[in-house]
Amino acid sequence: MNLSGTIALAHGSGGRVMHQLVDELIRSTFSNPLLEEGEDQARIPLAELVVQGDRLAFTTDSYVVTPLEFPGGNIGTLAINGTVNDLAVGGAKPLYLSCGFIIEEGLPLETFARILQSMRLAADEAGVQIVTGDTKVVQRGGADKLFINTAGVGVIPAGFNPSAGGAQVGDVVIVNGWLGDHGAAILNARGDLALEADIESDCAPLNALVEAMFAACPDIHCLRDATRGGLATVLNEFAERSGVDMVLKEDTLPIRTPVRGMCEILGLDPLYLANEGKLVAVVPAAAAQAVLAAMQRIPEGYHACIIGEVVEGDGHVILQTAFGGERIVDMLPGEQLPRIC
Amino acid sequence: MKYMDEFRDPATAKKLVAEIHKLASTSLSQREPLQIMEFCGGHTHTLFKYGIESMLPDNIEMVHGPGCPVCVLPMARVDDCVAIAEQPGVIFTTFGDAMRVPGTRKSLLQAKADGCDVRMVYSPMDALAIARKNPEREVVFFALGFETTMPSTALTLLQAHREGLQNFSLFCNHITTPATMRAILTDPDLRLDGFLAPGHVSMVIGAHPYDFVTRDYHKPLVITGFEPLDILQALWMLVKQFAEGRCEVENQYARIVPEAGNVAGLKAIAEVYETREHSEFRGLGNIGDAGIQIREAYAAYDAEKKLGLPFDFAQGAVGYDPEHLKCADVLRGVMKPWECPAFAKTCNPQNPLGALMVSPEGSCAAYYAYGKLAKRKETV
Repeated sequence: MNLSGTIALAHGSGGRVMHQLVDELIRSTFSNPLLEEGEDQARIPLAELVVQGDRLAFTTDSYVVTPLEFPGGNIGTLAINGTVNDLAVGGAKPLYLSCGFIIEEGLPLETFARILQSMRLAADEAGVQIVTGDTKVVQRGGADKLFINTAGVGVIPAGFNPSAGGAQVGDVVIVNGWLGDHGAAILNARGDLALEADIESDCAPLNALVEAMFAACPDIHCLRDATRGGLATVLNEFAERSGVDMVLKEDTLPIRTPVRGMCEILGLDPLYLANEGKLVAVVPAAAAQAVLAAMQRIPEGYHACIIGEVVEGDGHVILQTAFGGERIVDMLPGEQLPRIC
Repeated sequence: MKYMDEFRDPATAKKLVAEIHKLASTSLSQREPLQIMEFCGGHTHTLFKYGIESMLPDNIEMVHGPGCPVCVLPMARVDDCVAIAEQPGVIFTTFGDAMRVPGTRKSLLQAKADGCDVRMVYSPMDALAIARKNPEREVVFFALGFETTMPSTALTLLQAHREGLQNFSLFCNHITTPATMRAILTDPDLRLDGFLAPGHVSMVIGAHPYDFVTRDYHKPLVITGFEPLDILQALWMLVKQFAEGRCEVENQYARIVPEAGNVAGLKAIAEVYETREHSEFRGLGNIGDAGIQIREAYAAYDAEKKLGLPFDFAQGAVGYDPEHLKCADVLRGVMKPWECPAFAKTCNPQNPLGALMVSPEGSCAAYYAYGKLAKRKETV
């Protein structure tokens, strides 16, 4: 397909031009046997699912990001990894994804093709197949260049049952590495800060990491990926749902110097910045070292570390500052807004 | 970050805290806590972020002052902002935390959602860049803040003037620190013993504009920076003054603050701005000569004159903040945020009724976010 042009309303019209876009660009990029059947739905053999676990996990998420491409990824890699991770942190093995595109007319075909290619690579890396999808084109101004929705199914092996309400007094809190990279990379990539910071998004699939963690400890009490709202939001959910307090030690929190620096300048808190390749686990203290060792053998877990513990309480997250004080880390009321001075 | 980490060293903090405890136990009354106002919201933020209050002796009490330009912005001024933003062809630019301040009708964030072209910028020069790119639109920058932000808005206006830009203006809501502090000091309910004064303001105005605080009101004052060690050292200096029976303006932030201030910044301020006769502060009412307006010579860059406003502030206070909110008492330090009947009930960060709950530097929002721990300990 000639990629020199731009997406036009005709690409969503249902006619020949649309079929050309779907067949020659989208289907050929994502090619796999289920997709090649060319039906209106993916027909997934149940027998293969049943041998892998006792529950089906099903999730969906929509992706809107400015700019579409940023250091460390693009909207396509987010759409694949985000849905893979939503399945993985439920203990599921992610298998099949759907993919819906809403495209604003005028998007360069070459950009779209590049994003599709990254989606294919991300799907291959995570070991999932994109088996069904949809494409819509809207008039200029009707969307911001490109929105992607992905839904995914996976299978949860028997015995895995992490839950936000599962934290118990004495458990430890683990993260798999540097916090806030994605949020900081996006802020920086928008280009209105004029900061010379070298920060890449941490966008990555976490299913291999989760698999290794469950192999080391099938009794992981809580597990979530820390996306929008960051670490602070996830821990508040755990604390509230479990009816316990989480005590974090500030000097153990893995935050890169450029991310800390950017947050200092803008008056933002890195604990609330979004991540796209980070998970938070609450595990029994006795299993902590085994889980950590298993994580550190996987690239997405090289920098895994213990950041806090679960204590008796009524649902608060408390930060013990490196300075010797204590403060509550609450949920944000809205988005973080940079302060005046 | 290495330059910042020096000012966050836990070992040095421990030594300072121990010194403060020692002075407080030997030289201060054990019954009547010393009440020290940190005037500036930036200091309030640091106090909470690092849990400093939890490290202080019981007979030293911090009172969170009105030094947050967002917090003292009257609702009618926000209404003015919205009215400007609603005018056809206007691009309204503002710092981020001003976007959530409630007006009587709506906030700027709500105006944006309703279709106004409201854009968040990180400096007034960003607003100027938007004006250059959009010559057919009027670009208004919401200029607010104490002396800290005044030089940058003045210099931006002068740059626009040099370039002959016809489509750029400031909606000027700057306020001055010494006049606001004087208003607090003359309050009959005053129960403060001393002040921590904002270092970035003195970076511009120097130390001497505070001489009246010690001379006329006999309250010691220490100018300090925003790192946690800055604040601890300043507190130690202040407590030492009480212990030694002194009352002086001291400068803890000498690495940044020159005694005479920033000459170039002051020159730009004097060139562009003059004081307003009437200026309403949220919760504090009308404070004479504390507000700032653009001089007649630069009226072409004054959004108030260029675009017209629904409220005439020249006629004095418009204020119509809800009566059941105790923002004024909290701002003057006579009430703690949680003593306000609306705190964390009808007024919370999700639905802020008072501006103190809007900005993360407002004392109510800071207490809501960080202070639950302190309050919980107090009530145990």
